[in-house]
Amino acid sequence: MALMQIFAGKRLHRGLHVPDRKEATNRLPIRRMPFAPMLVVPLSQHTGAPAVAIVREGQEVVRGEPIAKAGGFVSVPMHAPATGRVTRIALAPGARGDLSPAIYIEPYQGASQEILYGAPQDIESMSPAEIVQAVQDTGVVGLGGAAFPTHVKMKAPEGKAIDIVVVNGCECEPYLTADHRVMLEQPREVLHGARIAMKALGAAQAVIGVEDNKMDAVRALHAAASGSIDIAVEAVAARYPQGAEKMLVKVLLGREIPSGGLPADAGLSVFNVATLAQIGELLPQRRGLIERVVTIAGPGVRRPGNYLVPLGTPLRWALAQADCTRDVSSVILGGPMMGAAAGSLDLPITKGVTGILVLTKREVNGNSRIHPCIHCAACVDVCPMHLNPSRLGMLARKDRYEEMETDYHLIDCFECGCCSYVCPSHIPLVQYFRVAKQMNRERKARA
Amino acid sequence: MNTVVEIRSAPHVHSGRSVEQIMRNVVYALLPICAYAVWLFGISAAALIATTTATCVLVEYWSCRMAERETSVGDFSVVITGILLGLILPPGLPLWMGAVGAFIAVGPGKMLFGGLGFNVFNPALVGRAFLQAAFPVAITSYTPARALHRFAEFVPTSLAIPFLKAAPLKDWMARVQVDGFTGATPLMLQKFEHVTTDPWTLFLGDRAGSGGETCALLILLCGCYLIVRKMMDWRIPVAMLLGALLTGGAYHLSNPARYPGPLFVLFSGGLMLGALFMATDPVASPVTPLGMWIYGLLMGFIAVLIRFEGGLSEGVMYAILLGNALAPLIDNVTQPRAYGQRKKAAVA
Repeated sequence: MALMQIFAGKRLHRGLHVPDRKEATNRLPIRRMPFAPMLVVPLSQHTGAPAVAIVREGQEVVRGEPIAKAGGFVSVPMHAPATGRVTRIALAPGARGDLSPAIYIEPYQGASQEILYGAPQDIESMSPAEIVQAVQDTGVVGLGGAAFPTHVKMKAPEGKAIDIVVVNGCECEPYLTADHRVMLEQPREVLHGARIAMKALGAAQAVIGVEDNKMDAVRALHAAASGSIDIAVEAVAARYPQGAEKMLVKVLLGREIPSGGLPADAGLSVFNVATLAQIGELLPQRRGLIERVVTIAGPGVRRPGNYLVPLGTPLRWALAQADCTRDVSSVILGGPMMGAAAGSLDLPITKGVTGILVLTKREVNGNSRIHPCIHCAACVDVCPMHLNPSRLGMLARKDRYEEMETDYHLIDCFECGCCSYVCPSHIPLVQYFRVAKQMNRERKARA
Repeated sequence: MNTVVEIRSAPHVHSGRSVEQIMRNVVYALLPICAYAVWLFGISAAALIATTTATCVLVEYWSCRMAERETSVGDFSVVITGILLGLILPPGLPLWMGAVGAFIAVGPGKMLFGGLGFNVFNPALVGRAFLQAAFPVAITSYTPARALHRFAEFVPTSLAIPFLKAAPLKDWMARVQVDGFTGATPLMLQKFEHVTTDPWTLFLGDRAGSGGETCALLILLCGCYLIVRKMMDWRIPVAMLLGALLTGGAYHLSNPARYPGPLFVLFSGGLMLGALFMATDPVASPVTPLGMWIYGLLMGFIAVLIRFEGGLSEGVMYAILLGNALAPLIDNVTQPRAYGQRKKAAVA
C-alpha cells in the first residue's frame, strides 16, 4: 500500500477539479466584524439535543458568559457573544426554514470585543475524561460545517482504540478560505488543539492534511510543528471533495471508514483545523465559543473577506458589512457545492457556518433544460464513493427508493454534488437522492 | 439590498457541460469525414448524407409533434444519427432507400423507445440493419472511389425511382473506371477473391466502401478531437480496437496464408468508424468502468468473428448491435465496489 501511494502521489482518485475561486479572499487577514444591533443565538445550532437556556428575559450578560447549558452528552452549552441584555427568548428562523428557540441579546452601545470572562486551567494535569468535559464546556462543535459536538469525538467509543488523530485542513469547497487563514494565522493553536485531542483519545500520532493550493499554510504548520515527531503535516493534491473525512482518511492513510460506521471503526478521529484552533485557544482560558471565522465571498459582495463574526449575527448585517450588491439572487451558507441556500436574510450565523457565498443572477443558471440521462458515465467517473449515480437517478425517477438503498448503497452518498455538477443533462441528481433518503426514512418510521 | 433570495438545492454551480454542446461537437467532428466522403465519391455521397440527415430530423420533429411534446431536434443528437447513417451506406445507394433507412432509424429505432436516452440500440445502425435485411443487393453494391465525373453526375442508382429496378451500373462503371478499380470493398476482395489490400492504403482511405468508413487516419483524428475535449469516452474505442486487433492477430497467427494481418483488420471495413463514432454512443453503452472495457473487447471480438467465420464480409454493425443489447446486462454485473463496502453492489 505504501509503495502504491508513493507512485500514485497522495491524491483523490475520483472526484473532480472545480475552479477554486479562492484568490479573492485567501490573502485577506481575518478581521473582526462589529456587533449587530441584535444577536440571535439559537439553542440548537449543533447536531444532538438542543441546549437549555439558563438566563431570563431582561437579564444582563457578559461577553463569554454561559447562557445555556448542554441538554445531554451529545449537546453543548452556549455563551453570550456580546455584553448586553437578553431581550427575549423566542422562536427564530433556522437554516432549514424551520423555527427554533433562540436567545435574543441586544449588545450595549460601545460594548467591547475584549473577552473578560474565563479562568486559566492547567490541561497537562487533566485526565482524558476531564478534558472531554472541559471541551464540552467550551461549546465547540465541528466548525467545518457538520456542527457535531467535538467532545463526543474526543471520547473513544467502548472497545475501540484510536491510534491516529486526523486533522482536516483541506477546505476543498470553492470560495472558502476561513480555514486557510486560521492555519496561517493560528498554526500554534491548531497544533495545541491537536495535542489536546491526542491526549484525550490516547492517540500516539496526528496527521494534518492540507490541500496543495495552500502551501503557505503547510509551511506555517510545518514551522510551528518543527521538532515534533508525533504530528505530521501532509500536502495533498487539491481535488474536490477531499475535505470529506471519508476521502481524506483514504488519501492520507489508505484506510476506509466502513459503510454506516464512524472514523473510530478505522481507528481514527477526524477534526477540522478551525475546530482544533478554537480548542487550542479556548481550553487553556476556560472560555466558550462565541465567534468564528466566516468567509464572505462571491460575485455579489464588493468587500469580500474572512471575518471573525460574533455568533448570532444576522445574515443581513454580515452582508451589509461586506457591502453586498443589489442584484443578489441567492445567499448560500457554506460552499457552492454542498452549502444550503438561506431562505431568509434574518437567519443568524451559527457555529456550523463556514462561509457565506453571495451569488448574483448571472451565476445562477438553474433554468437549463433537464434532458433525459444519456448514460455518458460522467457521474460514475466522478463519484468519490464509487456509486452509480446514473442508475440511482433512473431509479429515483421511477420512485424505486427502496431498491436504491438495498442494491445501490444510496445511504453511502454524502451529497458532495459531483454528479450534479458534471451532468450534461442537468439532472438534479443530488436533489433526487435527498428526496429518496427522506422517503426511505419516512417509510421506515411508518413500519 | 434585495430581500428576495432564491432557494435551490446544492450544488449551486455547474460544469457548464450540456447535452447540446456534446452533440454539437460530435457533429463538428463528423464534418471532415463527410467532406472526405464527398471528395471520394462525389455528389452521390453528398446527396445521400443530406437525404438521411434531413429525413432523420423531419421524423424526429414529426414524432415530437405527434407525441405532443417539446421538440427535441435542438439537442442535435438526431443530426448525428442522420449523418452517421449517410456515412455507413454505400455511396451509390438509391436515395429513397436512404430515406427509408433514416425513417426506421429515428422512428422505431429511437422515438418509439422514448427518444434520446431511452433507445436500446444505436439508431443509425438500426436503420442500416433494416436496409441490409430489406435490400441485400443494393446495400452490398459499392461504387469505386474517385470515379470520373463524380462531381458532375450522380451514380445512376442514386436517383432510382422507389420500388423500380435501378438502371444497371455496368455501363456507368465502364465509363468512370479509374485504373481498373472495381467497386468491391477491400473486405470483399479479401474474403471472396483473396486479394489483400495494403494496410497503408486503407489507413489513408483511398478505396471503395461506405461513404465515411474509408479513411482510418481521418476518423482517428476526428475521434481524438472529441476525446481530448472529453466529449467521448476513450475506453470503449480503445477496447474495441484492441479486441479486434487481438482476435485478428490470433487468426493471422493460426493461418497467415488465409487470414490477413491485424493491421488490415484494424483499418478495413467500418471498424474504425464503428469503434469511434457508433460504439461510443453513450445511450446504448455501459456506464461502469469495467463494463466499458468488457463491452468494447466483446464488440471487437465479435466483429472479427463475423468477418472471418460468417457469410458477410463485414461484421461491425452486428457486433455493435449485439453489444448494445448486452450493455444493460454488462452494467448489472459490473457495478463498482462502493467505498466502505465489503461486497459489490447486488446484481439487480
